[in-house]
Amino acid sequence: MTIITRQRALLTRREALLGGLAGGGLLLSGCSRILQVDALTDSTSFQRVLAVAQSWTRATQRFFLAGGQMAKEYKPSDISPHFKANGTLNPGGDDYERHVAEGFVNWHLKIDGMVSHPLTLSVADLRRLPSRSQITRHDCVEGWSAIGGWTGVPLALLLRAAGVRAGAKYVVFYCADNLDGDPAKGGEQSPGQYYESIGLVDAMHPQTIIAYDMNGKPLDVAHGAPLRLRVERQLGYKMAKYVRHIQLVSDFRAIAGGHGGYWEDQGYDWYAGI
Amino acid sequence: MPTSAAEATSETDRRRAQPRREIIYRHAWPVRLTHWINALTIFILVGSGLNIFNAHPRLYWGQAGADFDKPFLAFARPWPDWLTLPSYMDLADARHWHFFFAWVLVMNGAFYLAWSLASRHIQRDLWPTAGDLRAIPRSIADHIRLKHPKGEAAKRYNVLQRLAYVGLLALAVGMVLTGLCMSPGFDAFAPWLVAALGGRQSARTLHFLFASAIVLFIAVHLIEVVLAGPLNELRSMITGRYAVPGEHD
Repeated sequence: MTIITRQRALLTRREALLGGLAGGGLLLSGCSRILQVDALTDSTSFQRVLAVAQSWTRATQRFFLAGGQMAKEYKPSDISPHFKANGTLNPGGDDYERHVAEGFVNWHLKIDGMVSHPLTLSVADLRRLPSRSQITRHDCVEGWSAIGGWTGVPLALLLRAAGVRAGAKYVVFYCADNLDGDPAKGGEQSPGQYYESIGLVDAMHPQTIIAYDMNGKPLDVAHGAPLRLRVERQLGYKMAKYVRHIQLVSDFRAIAGGHGGYWEDQGYDWYAGI
Repeated sequence: MPTSAAEATSETDRRRAQPRREIIYRHAWPVRLTHWINALTIFILVGSGLNIFNAHPRLYWGQAGADFDKPFLAFARPWPDWLTLPSYMDLADARHWHFFFAWVLVMNGAFYLAWSLASRHIQRDLWPTAGDLRAIPRSIADHIRLKHPKGEAAKRYNVLQRLAYVGLLALAVGMVLTGLCMSPGFDAFAPWLVAALGGRQSARTLHFLFASAIVLFIAVHLIEVVLAGPLNELRSMITGRYAVPGEHD
């Protein structure tokens, strides 16, 4: 009886071992099969399937943020001692260097496209307009966050002054960092002209501002001097720096890579609320 | 102890003569279906999550945190390519995978929870009873000795299984909430939840820690499947039919 019991136990253990090997093998072959994910990732039709989730996310957030909810604003004591600067740290180039040397007195922001009254405003003009100050958290797509204080002109105010024409759907921001991958001018990370676009829902939100001050001082070069966009309910890459031209369009497919922004042309999502 | 050929033969005969093991219908189809969808989904979410993590391999506590801030946890080297999805570092593509399968997880999980609560699967099979809780020390001892329940006791989940499965459900809910709290759009909708978790960076840290706990669960789960008889266990999660280990096995 003891012998039998011991044999049975032995058998069970052998079964367990064989089962473990079979299971491990299955798992490994499953892994290697799933390693085809690289090929899947490259497939445009598969990307189209994955992109369905993006539209669900956008629709869901649009629905739950239909009340124009505000991004949380912080106390001055919450401001990060070092606000990480990312992307272009200095656009460089003769033109931009001249503006830096002049203190941006000749920097002009042009607003045109599908508007009734195209505008051209200097930084001084913008500083004379009603402003909004907000201390907000900046969330990078990479995962980090920093809290900073921003002062600038509400974009809605500028757009109302320019008069958005019927049919306009997007606000496109063109920036001064056109780098063509020259490492001396900001590194490989920025090989083309930076641009961004947002929809009118976000453009008209009260916290969407064209900022000229950061933490009570004029914007420094690394953070987008002299003008940058703040779109508080989206990720950092939407918040274009060195803005010099705002254009209202009905469609952005003809602009640059056609996806509505520099990083969007590299595969990042146009809607960056997540 | 060496056994003779005659003894081995009689053992085979004895097994043949034994009545067939009792087969019970253990896993209802919604459990089996959602289990396998989940298995694939978690595999993809962990791989793409580690790829996303590699874009900034440091964790912080609080609302904010970046290079200059003191990390809660910092990793010296990135997760290797055989663990990440896709294998090469690509934040944009990893996010596409992650958010698509996050939706799959949420829909699969919502269906599972709705069915399991309506059919009382959670209340009946997973929620530990007072008797179960009193049996924790004995169950721990059984697990340490790799002793698995037999007969009638094998027809229901033991207390450690119940706690593990209920804990896994709580972790899954925690994964979704901490994931949402990293979204700046969601944060404008429910800033109180972000604050309750300690801030956006705390939510990111918790997301990582909860995921680690789920990976630990999966490792223990797979070891237990192998120890408890992998073919019977696998069959029960595919066909629903489970052979109850006999009292004298």
